[in-house]
Amino acid sequence: MSVAELVRWDAARLSEALRARVVSSEEVVRAHLDRIAAVDPAEGGGVNAFLHVAADSALARAREVDADRARGAELGPLAGVPVGVKDVLTTRGMPTTCGSRMLEGWVPPYDATVVRELHAAGLVVLGKTNMDEFAMGSTTEHSAFGPTRNPWDPTRIPGGSGGGSAAALAAFEAPLTIGSDTGGSIRQPAAVTGTVGVKPTYGGVSRYGLVALASSLDQAGPCARTVLDTALLHAVIAGHDPYDSTSIPEAVPDVVGAARRGADGDLTGVRVGVVTELSGEGYEPGVLARFGEALEELRAAGAEVVELSLPNLVHALAAYYLILPSEASSNLAKYDGMRYGLRVTPEGSGVTAEQVMRATRAAGFGDEAKRRIILGTYALSAGYYDAYYGSAQKVRTLVQRDFAAAFGQVDVLVSPTAPTVAYRLGEKLDDPLAMYAGDVATIPANLAGIPGMSLPAGLSDGLPVGLQLLAPQQADDRLYRVGAAVEARLVQRWGAPLLEQVPEWKGVPA
Amino acid sequence: MSAAPQELDLVDYDEAVAQFDPVLGLEVHVELSTVTKMFSGAPTEFGAAPNTQVDPVSLGLPGALPVLNAKALESAVRIGLALNCRIADRCRFARKNYFYPDMPKNFQTSQYDEPIAFDGHLDVEVPASEDGTKPAFTYRVEIERAHMEEDTGKSLHVGGSTGRIHGAEYSLVDYNRAGIPLIEIVTKPLTGTGDRAPDVARAYVATLRDLLRALDVSDVKMEQGSLRCDVNLSLRPSPEAPLGTRSETKNVNSLRSVERAVRYEVRRHAALLRAGERVVQETRHWHEDTGLTTSGREKSDAEDYRYFPEPDLVPVEPDPAWVEQLRATLPEPPAQRRRRLQGEWGFSDAEMRDVGNAGAVDLVEATVAAGAPAAAARKWWTGELARRANADGTDLASLPVTPEQVAQLQSLVDAGTLTDRLAREALEGVLAGEGSPAEVVESRGLAVVSDESALVAAVDAAIAANPGVVEKIRGGKAQAAGALIGAVMKEMRGKADAARVRELVVERVGA
Repeated sequence: MSVAELVRWDAARLSEALRARVVSSEEVVRAHLDRIAAVDPAEGGGVNAFLHVAADSALARAREVDADRARGAELGPLAGVPVGVKDVLTTRGMPTTCGSRMLEGWVPPYDATVVRELHAAGLVVLGKTNMDEFAMGSTTEHSAFGPTRNPWDPTRIPGGSGGGSAAALAAFEAPLTIGSDTGGSIRQPAAVTGTVGVKPTYGGVSRYGLVALASSLDQAGPCARTVLDTALLHAVIAGHDPYDSTSIPEAVPDVVGAARRGADGDLTGVRVGVVTELSGEGYEPGVLARFGEALEELRAAGAEVVELSLPNLVHALAAYYLILPSEASSNLAKYDGMRYGLRVTPEGSGVTAEQVMRATRAAGFGDEAKRRIILGTYALSAGYYDAYYGSAQKVRTLVQRDFAAAFGQVDVLVSPTAPTVAYRLGEKLDDPLAMYAGDVATIPANLAGIPGMSLPAGLSDGLPVGLQLLAPQQADDRLYRVGAAVEARLVQRWGAPLLEQVPEWKGVPA
Repeated sequence: MSAAPQELDLVDYDEAVAQFDPVLGLEVHVELSTVTKMFSGAPTEFGAAPNTQVDPVSLGLPGALPVLNAKALESAVRIGLALNCRIADRCRFARKNYFYPDMPKNFQTSQYDEPIAFDGHLDVEVPASEDGTKPAFTYRVEIERAHMEEDTGKSLHVGGSTGRIHGAEYSLVDYNRAGIPLIEIVTKPLTGTGDRAPDVARAYVATLRDLLRALDVSDVKMEQGSLRCDVNLSLRPSPEAPLGTRSETKNVNSLRSVERAVRYEVRRHAALLRAGERVVQETRHWHEDTGLTTSGREKSDAEDYRYFPEPDLVPVEPDPAWVEQLRATLPEPPAQRRRRLQGEWGFSDAEMRDVGNAGAVDLVEATVAAGAPAAAARKWWTGELARRANADGTDLASLPVTPEQVAQLQSLVDAGTLTDRLAREALEGVLAGEGSPAEVVESRGLAVVSDESALVAAVDAAIAANPGVVEKIRGGKAQAAGALIGAVMKEMRGKADAARVRELVVERVGA
């Protein structure tokens, strides 16, 4: 075994090797830090998946876990395995920027509950991953600290907002990462990088310390290279948190057990619904072809596949782009230069607090953030509230009813995760509506609060395509059983995991 | 903004209320005395060093989330029930969005169209006027709503003369108060008060204060801001006319000021209306020192708080059985209790009002419970102790003396151990922290001299030293005995029972 080879191991394999003391956590962490140093730095034409690398604290923590293991302490399955954390979760003593100039240099005094759970389970935090500013965007180009590159093609987007978390997996910089998904920010990056990502049931993972974009839509979740790894990470971070009122008190379903069970590739008796509204026109032929192959595998696994219509999904995108900016306009009001982060003081004497706030917000927010703050402020204004925010909430209720009716007939729903493969950096920068349209398949799950997974479905012209699975609220385990079965059959079809085909990183072409 | 009030010839109050019909509206903010904040576990100690009673939630740090304080909800429901309100089956919090440096999130988590309690009333006993020309009466204050919200931080503007933001060199913000639980109690427009509007306003706030104190949900210290009152007032030509334009005078923070502010606004509005001018809908500042209000900011239609339901909190759905349990814990309504105690204590209306105005009802009750006669307890708390509290700028309850100690003091007087003068001296010692009344009497040597032989010796010495006086007494001038008594009292340093000295003088002179 070469040390460099360690970065290609998945978390389940690392877990076994660590437990058998074939490798130490320090060796595993060092291998990943070396890999990050080799391929990630933006100034060296790197992936730019990480905004902050916590090398010293990661190695120190790895040695602690190794010492605990040597002492014979009882450790969780992922103890000693490295993980990257999206820069939208607070980390004590580690910068948290949310990809924004507004929070540059801010070091939170507290850990998000998800981060506390990672520490408690013995995972080693490598650093913070890049993202669109305050999770607004589908490309990671809206990061104030430069775009993340897609490891499959450095001239293309890695998806967003969690492009850093997805690219870090595909570039073998980390075996596990944490993302957050408000309208697809875990699933769409997973789709375009050939990785796996799950948006859990709303309330299934604590939002305490997850810097809010749209409170009623945000959900942190696990990202990995395999369905089983994703389940292992899901089990660590999920569960009730008294610090989050919207957290679900009931027990988390057995996602790891479901993933192991699904790996046998048998889905006899499972009913699968193909959502009429989430394929066809607007979806690239290559995407539809891979989607069709995934359906073949589902049938071959014994699942009963039917087509279902959820008629209100056609309004979901419009409703989402009213609810999200409305909540965001309020959530982002706190960034005013008064207490932390950026402060811009205008020239001259007698400057008022209001002028400082205005100057700070003008300088600190990027265009996409400003666009959504303005939209949301407008949508909540007196006289417009009923027409915009009020109507959008009604659509949301209708979408929820559509899903409830559909899940009366099938166990899971499927669709392509995104209508296209990764597009070129800059391609849609001047056309936000085109970018928003790419979220059409992922947004409904956030509106309904249901769990969703994206997993690799193959390549189209050398670029990954994602398959999306959706399940009812608190039935996240179904995603893992069906996902693991499809994954097993597709890997068999391809002869190897998809990521074996990702080209070795050669840097950004000049 | 005009810091100095513009010259305005106010209309005489009696003329104003003869010509116009005043309509009141009162908004009272009550700070709950919970141990932790409305939406987090941060402590709530008053007067702590700036920015020490905070945590990520009350500082509004990125990622922090609110969780409703169960005790605050319980207090809100109990207040609603005590105000005879309906309690919502289900209600939500809302975000009130506006930018201000003392608001950590730049929105206040409050309730908007779904208050926890609504449609209540409070019966208020308005006392007769001081001069007795206007009789006492009961007024029913209709309560529109009582809702939960969080307090803001406090800005301190440094430099400049006014202490206000304009002209200040810089400002400091203390977030200790940010997130303290508040209940805002809003009345419906109060009509039909006529010339008694200032008295109704004052009586309502006083009754509400007593009710909240009895509920044990708040410190209700107006001077510390744990009870804050905004006074809305408008005038109209007649009770049949539609409501006029109102002014909202903010932070009127004593009972007397509530009365004065209403009176002032009635006179100001009347002056404007008589001059054919428009009353501006605006918030106004109350100035305790001058008794004037000045213009704050004009409330315009442009002020848009963009309320929407707070997505970080789940709806509140109080269990009806729990609400009924809380109803059973409600204390006796203050007005009813006051009537009962007045009967038990045998106080006149005036005496009872004095006790009430002094905020001494609880203290007198506890003193009586500790064994003192009611009249004596009243005398101590509304007399010597009220003077002392006033001189120290504090309130009765904050004086370092307990009702039990006052009762003990009185029992020493009743037993003849202390004269009134000695009792006041003993009280001095208690307030100075020298111990219980008995301990102070012991340590300061205050007890009345009951050693008969010492008294007799002193009397005989006085007789021997004042033969002229003795002659006068023997000659029938009984009042001349005063000189001898005075000499004896001086000799005994006041620690003798004057009545017994008189008896001895008469006996020993042999008149």
